[in-house]
Amino acid sequence: MNYVLREALAGFKRAPVLTGLAAAMVGLALFVVGLFGLVTHNLQVALSQIESRVEVVAYLRDDASATDIEDAVAGLRDQPEVESVIFVSKDSALARARRDLSDFEEVFRGLESNPLPASLEIQLSEGNRGPETVELLASIAEVIPVVEDVQYGREWVDRLDTLRSLAGAASAGLGLAFALVAALIIGTALRIAIFARRDEIYVMRLVGARDAFIRRPFLLEGFLTGLAGGVVAIVLTAVAWRVVSRFLFRIEWLPAGWLLAGLLAGGILGGLASIQAVRRHLKEVT
Amino acid sequence: MIKLEKVSKEYARRGPALRDVSFHVRKGEFVFLTGHSGSGKSTTLRLIHLAERPTAGEVRVSGFSSDMVKEGEIWKLRRRVGMVFQDFRLLRGRTALENVGFALEVTDARREEVVPRAQRLLSQVGLAAKSAALVHELSGGEQQRVAIARALVTDPVVLLADEPTGNLDDRATRGIMELFWDINALGMAVIMATHDLDLVKSYPRARTLELDQGRLVYDSATVPAGSDGGEV
Ligand SMILES: Nc1ncnc2c1ncn2[C@@H]1O[C@H](COP(=O)(O)OP(=O)(O)O)[C@@H](O)[C@H]1O
Ligand SMILES: [Mg+2]
Repeated sequence: MNYVLREALAGFKRAPVLTGLAAAMVGLALFVVGLFGLVTHNLQVALSQIESRVEVVAYLRDDASATDIEDAVAGLRDQPEVESVIFVSKDSALARARRDLSDFEEVFRGLESNPLPASLEIQLSEGNRGPETVELLASIAEVIPVVEDVQYGREWVDRLDTLRSLAGAASAGLGLAFALVAALIIGTALRIAIFARRDEIYVMRLVGARDAFIRRPFLLEGFLTGLAGGVVAIVLTAVAWRVVSRFLFRIEWLPAGWLLAGLLAGGILGGLASIQAVRRHLKEVT
Repeated sequence: MIKLEKVSKEYARRGPALRDVSFHVRKGEFVFLTGHSGSGKSTTLRLIHLAERPTAGEVRVSGFSSDMVKEGEIWKLRRRVGMVFQDFRLLRGRTALENVGFALEVTDARREEVVPRAQRLLSQVGLAAKSAALVHELSGGEQQRVAIARALVTDPVVLLADEPTGNLDDRATRGIMELFWDINALGMAVIMATHDLDLVKSYPRARTLELDQGRLVYDSATVPAGSDGGEV
């Protein structure tokens, strides 16, 4: 077997409890990252569901002709940020109002003419539901001649935007903090592994092994420990997900890309931690 | 080949361990480095091995200079300089063959060559029959032979030995000394630190350097033949 692989596996064999414990602790630290991932992901899903209701409504003048309205609809559909434009006629506006406000049936019945304007409901495409786009679309709609008035939930859009940035920043910050904890744990475990092999390292230096060569098995061991920790974290997160989904409320599982990125991050963190630990050790021995 | 020029060494929070030491060891020489305990023998060998850097002066070994070699390049020098110690520093729990093989493996020996070359080196030091024995079950003299075989894996130009017979009885000591002379006969320089003056006297062919409180006080190569060295 190859020297590097053999020495890295020898680390596991020589101290299975220690390396197992290290992987488990790394797993716990990354599990916290996984929980944050779960929360963030589901928050994002929820936000985008709310966001999909973000729309700009353009109320039309009563004297607008059918061709004017068609032109307006076509013009709006040409905007790249627009997903759909729905025309709501005066009649359907009234029908909707009657349905939604059935308590006021008497009022509606007493009406001689329909006071509700026709409108265009403009839905924005995903990724274009931030405040800037909404305002841009509103201003475009406003200058259309047949448009009387434009409305959109301005505060609502702003608040959603803030919420999204907050959720992103919080989970990035906390995820980073716990990833660092994981790296520290791997670093400590590797310091112990390095200590267990200090005699071999001493001999390697004595006879003239390259530093990179000395580092390599530890690098691999750190990478594998991090990877194992990542697997543990994914399993724990999956358990948490199932429990919450079954007994509390339905939440979405993480996208595959996130899982892969998490695994890789675990491995890379392990590798980096080991480089740091070996470098420190090599500085101390002569 | 090995040249110390006005070398001084001070350890942190200590007085000077070496003061203004200069000497030159040529290819194939056999040199004893003598002096009382604490006179600076080990420090001198550690400087040649670049385990320490001089505080002042320059150490030059086989084209490497203590002023020039970067930390990341010390391994290159180490392959030109073999080293053995009083306490052997072998890997416990491994056989003689594995100890030598490990050194070969970590210094880029081709995989299929590791075992045959380790065997050959063990035969060279007279241990072919014990190659499968665990090193901690060998006698002191045998362990030192394993250490010497290990020091030879990169075919160095000089062998440094720091009190190599300090833990050995007379018989084992003679055996190790014979081995050093055999190795020296193949053209490799040997620098052996020892405080055992009787041992040094029984090999008058060797050059002797004497240190006293970090100063080089005697060099048999610079004393005219016939005169009795020692004090200067
Ligand atoms: N690593 C060290 N740190 C501090 N002082 C040291 C160290 N090694 C040696 N010394 C000191 O340097 C002096 C020379 O030591 P050394 O070279 O070991 O002498 P020798 O090998 O001749 O006995 C002694 O005073 C010793 O205490
Ligand atoms: Mg000494």
